[in-house]
Amino acid sequence: MARPTTGARAGHAGAVPYLFLAPAMALFTLFMALPIGYTVYLSLRRTKVSGLGLGKGARKEIFTGLDNYVNALGDGELWAGWLRVLGYGALVLAFMLGLALLFALMLDASRVRLARFTRISIFLPYAVPGVAATLMWGFLYLPTLSPFGGLPFLGADVVTFSMANVAVWGGTGFNMLVLYTNLRAVPRDYYEAARIDGAGELQIALRIKVPMLTPAIILTTVFSVIATVQVFTEPTTLRPLTNTISSTWSPLMKVYRDAFVTGDLYSAAATSVVIAAISLVLSFGFLRVVKSRAFGEG
Amino acid sequence: MRTNRLAVVAAAALAAALAAGCSGGSGESAAPTASGGAAAGPVTLTYWTWVPNMDKIAAAWNRSHPDIQVTVSKQAGGDDAAAKFLTAAKAGNPPDLVQAEYQMLPSFVAADAVADIKAETAQVKGEFGDGVWGLVTLGTDAVYAVPQDSGPMMLYYRRDLFEKYGIEVPKTWDEYAQAARTVHRKDPKVFLGTFSSKDPGWFAGLAQQAGAQWWSIDGDAWKVAVDDDATTKVANYWGGLVKEGVIDGMPYFTPEWNKALNDGTLLTWPSAVWGPGVLSSNAPKAKGKWAVAPLPQWNAGENHSGFWGGSSTAVAAKSPHKAAAVKFATWLNTDPQALDLLIKEGSVYPASTKGAALLTEAPEYFSGQPDFWRQAAAIGATARGFTFGPDVNVTYNAYKDAFDKAVAARSDFAAAVRTMQDTTVADMQKSGFTLAK
Repeated sequence: MARPTTGARAGHAGAVPYLFLAPAMALFTLFMALPIGYTVYLSLRRTKVSGLGLGKGARKEIFTGLDNYVNALGDGELWAGWLRVLGYGALVLAFMLGLALLFALMLDASRVRLARFTRISIFLPYAVPGVAATLMWGFLYLPTLSPFGGLPFLGADVVTFSMANVAVWGGTGFNMLVLYTNLRAVPRDYYEAARIDGAGELQIALRIKVPMLTPAIILTTVFSVIATVQVFTEPTTLRPLTNTISSTWSPLMKVYRDAFVTGDLYSAAATSVVIAAISLVLSFGFLRVVKSRAFGEG
Repeated sequence: MRTNRLAVVAAAALAAALAAGCSGGSGESAAPTASGGAAAGPVTLTYWTWVPNMDKIAAAWNRSHPDIQVTVSKQAGGDDAAAKFLTAAKAGNPPDLVQAEYQMLPSFVAADAVADIKAETAQVKGEFGDGVWGLVTLGTDAVYAVPQDSGPMMLYYRRDLFEKYGIEVPKTWDEYAQAARTVHRKDPKVFLGTFSSKDPGWFAGLAQQAGAQWWSIDGDAWKVAVDDDATTKVANYWGGLVKEGVIDGMPYFTPEWNKALNDGTLLTWPSAVWGPGVLSSNAPKAKGKWAVAPLPQWNAGENHSGFWGGSSTAVAAKSPHKAAAVKFATWLNTDPQALDLLIKEGSVYPASTKGAALLTEAPEYFSGQPDFWRQAAAIGATARGFTFGPDVNVTYNAYKDAFDKAVAARSDFAAAVRTMQDTTVADMQKSGFTLAK
């Protein structure tokens, strides 16, 4: 009764833990590991056509080593895409997370009226599917249909801002909710202590709430970085409406174009692997940089 | 209890779906490749198409052919449908029958995704004109599909507004340019036409009219001439007008374009014979105000047109029931009952000569022009196409990207055509096609 006989149990259990793990492992293998493995396999191959390429046997799949990677890394259009996404991502991260933090702090301040209503209205855009949101904004942006007069929202210089606006509109509510939930978990005693020491609401927000929120802010940042690197829906949906967005505007759009428009699955696979690697480096790099600050000694 | 039961049901459903998926896959690949299938009971064919109401047409076939049952799977159409078919063919589970746009057929053939059905289609060859038939043979000895519809191009124009602005229907492209200037001078908000950087098929049709030959087969090599003189002439013509500001640069099939068609700020649309369907749904307010005329010509007295769109019915190379599939494909595109249904239910302009003759009553939208189909048939006879290459999708994508930029910057259109040529050649070289110098 007193002491569990751990050693004997574990030895006796043997396969049981693996049995419990099996469903998760099977699903992971089937739906994660295998597709990733197949992508890597495809990325090392390409089709080779001979002659006119018509008729049987004119098209073969051959092994090409790292050629696809060399092409992907040497493709100026892909890097230009990264640059565009970087600019877009900087805008989205700054505005979306800044607004989310601001709204969360405001809602948490004790004097706010209609807190629940406000919270829901800010969150609501997140419930609108990305395609629907982009179409709606797209209609608002079109010069002849726009209620904002003939401003060129989809002009070459402005289109990045217009697209970032869609993402900010859609994403702020979700991030606000994450931050707000974390704020509610902060013990109220801290605020009381601060007030007794003479701190105002602003000081409490800056000196107590924001530091307490750091892990949550980092979490939302990592999620947002990953989401922006993968931006696809907004530019793809806006593209038919304007001639300022190319088929390779973002790296993921280039993958889609290669795979499904120009029919080169192999280049698309290689580019996907490159994008995954860059996403990993970006998100883990960011985590590494902020780790010690956020989680103490970490 | 309740949640438990739900979970069990969900798990069972999932398991069943997985099992069905797996067994479906293996079943198909294991199916005998005997093409007769008469002994094996009724044959079931799947057919990917985006023709509206095709399920009703297939139902008519199914009623009279109990041994060959066709199931229609509605597709979105366009580039996506082609990509989906190529992916399915690569994965080994394509539909038995597929709607193939003429310009995509060479890609399907090059990917070994469609069957050569020359023997089975020999007796229907005479039902089609030589131009259309050439689009399904690609100029080779094989036959890769049965033509379904075609899209000879003509000029749609607003008759009422032509009168209002005092312009004649242009007979030549020079007159069209003059009219564009006149209209835009009289009202700067109004344009005679717009150049769409999103519709490579439209531009290809205009190039065909001018006599372009983007691809041709020279012995055992492809000849690529996307930037030939005819195409460059077309590009420079439109580029000049866009630069001058008298032709708009908004793409077709956008909300803006719909609005312009409806409110009378866009006066013409050089389009294909399937235009009435688009106009009636995108510009319902302008019903009865549009009329049709032959495309303006490059030289006075000439009589040429091009093709925009049009598609055929192809049989998948991996279909276990090829003979049955060809039977359906030939019935669908040559049988009088099927043609009648295609016209009435599917709003299709049939490629077969017999089918085109069935069209008599003008579309409701063109009630003001009772001779609509007579005009269309006369224009259709003057349309000339060209052989499409095996990587049209690359060329078309290059068109969109290059002309997007050129229209936005009002820069040199001929340079955009050269970009198309270079991109096409580079892609074909990379793939290993033999190219003629």
